[in-house]
Amino acid sequence: MSAGVGRTTPGWLGAIPAVWLAVLFLIPFAIMLSVSVAQRVPGGFFEPGFELASYARLFTAFFGRILLTSVLIAGGAALICVALAFPFTVILAGMRRRAQTLVLVMLLAVLSLSEVIIGFSLSTLLSRTAGVGNLFAALGLTETSQAYTPGLFALMAGLCYLGFPYAVLVLYPPVSRLDPELGEAARSMGASPLRGFLTVTVPVLRAPILGALILVFVFTLGAYLLPQLLGRPRHWTLSVHITDQAIFQSNLPLAAAMAVVLLLVALAMVGLALLLGRQREAGA
Amino acid sequence: MTELTLRGLTKRFGSLTAVEDVTLEIPNGRFVCLLGPSGCGKTTLLRLIAGLEEPSAGQVLVGGQDQTRVPTHKRDFGMVFQSLALFPHLTVAENVAYPLAIRGVDRASRRKRATELLDLVRLPDVGDRRIHQLSGGQRQRVAIARGLAIDPKVFLLDEPLSALDANLREHMQVELRQLQERLGVTTVVVTHDQKEALTMADVLIVMDKGRVQQMGAPMDLYRDPANAFVAGFIGSTNLIPCRLAGRAVELAGTRIELAEGDRVKCADGDAVLSVRPEDVRFAEAGLLARVTFIRDLGESVQFTLDLDGREVSALFAPRERPGVGLGDSVHLAFEPGQRVVLAP
Repeated sequence: MSAGVGRTTPGWLGAIPAVWLAVLFLIPFAIMLSVSVAQRVPGGFFEPGFELASYARLFTAFFGRILLTSVLIAGGAALICVALAFPFTVILAGMRRRAQTLVLVMLLAVLSLSEVIIGFSLSTLLSRTAGVGNLFAALGLTETSQAYTPGLFALMAGLCYLGFPYAVLVLYPPVSRLDPELGEAARSMGASPLRGFLTVTVPVLRAPILGALILVFVFTLGAYLLPQLLGRPRHWTLSVHITDQAIFQSNLPLAAAMAVVLLLVALAMVGLALLLGRQREAGA
Repeated sequence: MTELTLRGLTKRFGSLTAVEDVTLEIPNGRFVCLLGPSGCGKTTLLRLIAGLEEPSAGQVLVGGQDQTRVPTHKRDFGMVFQSLALFPHLTVAENVAYPLAIRGVDRASRRKRATELLDLVRLPDVGDRRIHQLSGGQRQRVAIARGLAIDPKVFLLDEPLSALDANLREHMQVELRQLQERLGVTTVVVTHDQKEALTMADVLIVMDKGRVQQMGAPMDLYRDPANAFVAGFIGSTNLIPCRLAGRAVELAGTRIELAEGDRVKCADGDAVLSVRPEDVRFAEAGLLARVTFIRDLGESVQFTLDLDGREVSALFAPRERPGVGLGDSVHLAFEPGQRVVLAP
C-alpha cells in the first residue's frame, strides 16, 4: 500500500509544502524568537541583542493570571463547543443525504464570517438597547431590558459560534462512518438510547472527540478580537495583551516573548491531551 | 407453547412495502431460518421482531405478551448483527458482559458469566484481549456469546455467518445448531443461503417480495413446495411448463399419467412440473432429449439435457452413471411419486 502511494506520488512534491512551511512559518518564528530576546529601547523601538528581561517580566502573578484566564477560556469554549457539536453531528449523520448536505453548506457559510462580524453582531444582539433584552422585557420575562454584553457569557457565545463549525467538520467524517449497528446492538442488549450513546457512541469516537477539543482549544486560544469586544478586561486573553504590547505599548520584545510562551502553552496542552488519550486507550 | 407470534405484521417504507401481512407462530425452542433472496424483506422482518423498526401494522407477541410498542431495550432479546457490531473500545469479556453491565450486575458476577459464555462458545482464555486481536471466526463466537449473555427469550441473528469463508462457515453452522439444541433457546436466523438454512433449521420460512411463501420443516418444503418460487429456491429443481388435465400432464407433446404421491397444487390448464434433478432418470421410451453438457463433480455426475428447447438437469451418483455421451439422444422418465405440479 505505502509502496503504491510512493510510486504514484513523486517524493519531490513534498518539497513544496516544506519550503512554504519554512518561508511562512519557521523564518517568521525565528524572527519572533530573536525579537523576544532583543533589548527594548524605552521610548523607541528595540535593538538586537540577547537578554531575557522580557521573559522575566512574564514570570509575575499578573501574567500568570492572564495565561490561566486564556487557557480556561479556550478550554471552556472547547468543552462547550464539542459538547454541543458531538450530539449535533451524530444526529446530522442520521439524517437524509440531502438534509445533511444542506446543513453542512450552512456550516461552511458560517465559516466565511469573520471574527469581526461575529463579534459586532453578538454585541448588538446582546445589548440593552437593540438586543434580545428588549424581547425578554416585551415578553415580561424581565422588568426592563438588560445588557448581556460585555461578560463571560457573551464571550463564550462568540467563541463557541466561531469554533462550532470546525468541531462539526472534524467530527463529521468519523461519525458518518460509524457502523449504525453498534448503537442498535447496544439497544438490543438493554441500553436505552441515551445509555447506548454514552457507553458506546462516545467511547468508540474518543479519538475524533479529542481531536475536535484540541482544534477548538488552539483556535480560540488565538482569538484576540472577541475578548475585547464581548469580554470585560478581566477576560482579556494573552492574545489581547500581545496585541496591546505590540501595537499600543510599542514593546515588541515583550509581545514576542508572550507569543512564544503562548505557543509553548498551546503545544503543552495538545501534548497533554494526546498523552491522556493514549493512556486511556492502553488502560481501558 | 408458542414463544413468538406475529400477527399481520406489515412494514412500508414510503411507497415500498418491505414486509406484507406476515402472520406466523414459532413454537418455543425451535430453530427458525428466514430464507429468501436479497431484498425479500427477511432482514426487515427480523428488525420488526427485534423492535428496531416500528411496524406499519400488525403485532409482535412474545409468550402471549404484546411487545409491539415495547422499545428494543426492554425486550430482553439476544441479537447478533450482520457486521457483528462488537464494541472496539471494550475487551472481549467486557463485550460479552455488556448486557449484564447495563442491567447493573456486579463486576465479579459479570466476570464469571463472561468466562462461562466464552467457554460455551469454545473460546476460553481470550477474555482480556481486544476485539481487533481476534480472527473472524473468533469474533463470530464472541458476538454469539454476547447475544446469549442474558439467557434471552428469543435469539435473533441477521446473516451472522456471511463474513466467514466457506469452510469456517459450514463449521459454524453445525456449531451454532448444536449450541442452540443444548440451550433450547428460540432462535430466528436470517440467511440467503439455502444450504445454511437446511443445515440449521427446524423450521424454514421462505420469503419473497415481502411475503411468506411457505413455512414448514425443511424436508417438507423440499419435497412438497407450495409454489414454483419455493421449489426453485430450496435445492435445485427442473421447472418444466406443461398442461394439467385431471391426473395427467402433457408436456413436449407427451402425456404423462400422475402416480400416487405426485402432488397437484393448481387447477387444470397451464402449469409447471417440478422435478428434482435426482428424480430424472434415463428410460427405454418416453420424452426425447439430447445431452448438451456433462459435469463430473466427483461425488455426483450432472447431465444437462435439451428437452424440446428447454434445459433439464439430471443428477446421478457416480456408480449409477449411465453410459451416454455428449450429443447422444436419450429418453427421460421422472420418478413417480416425486413430481409436483405447480401454478405457473
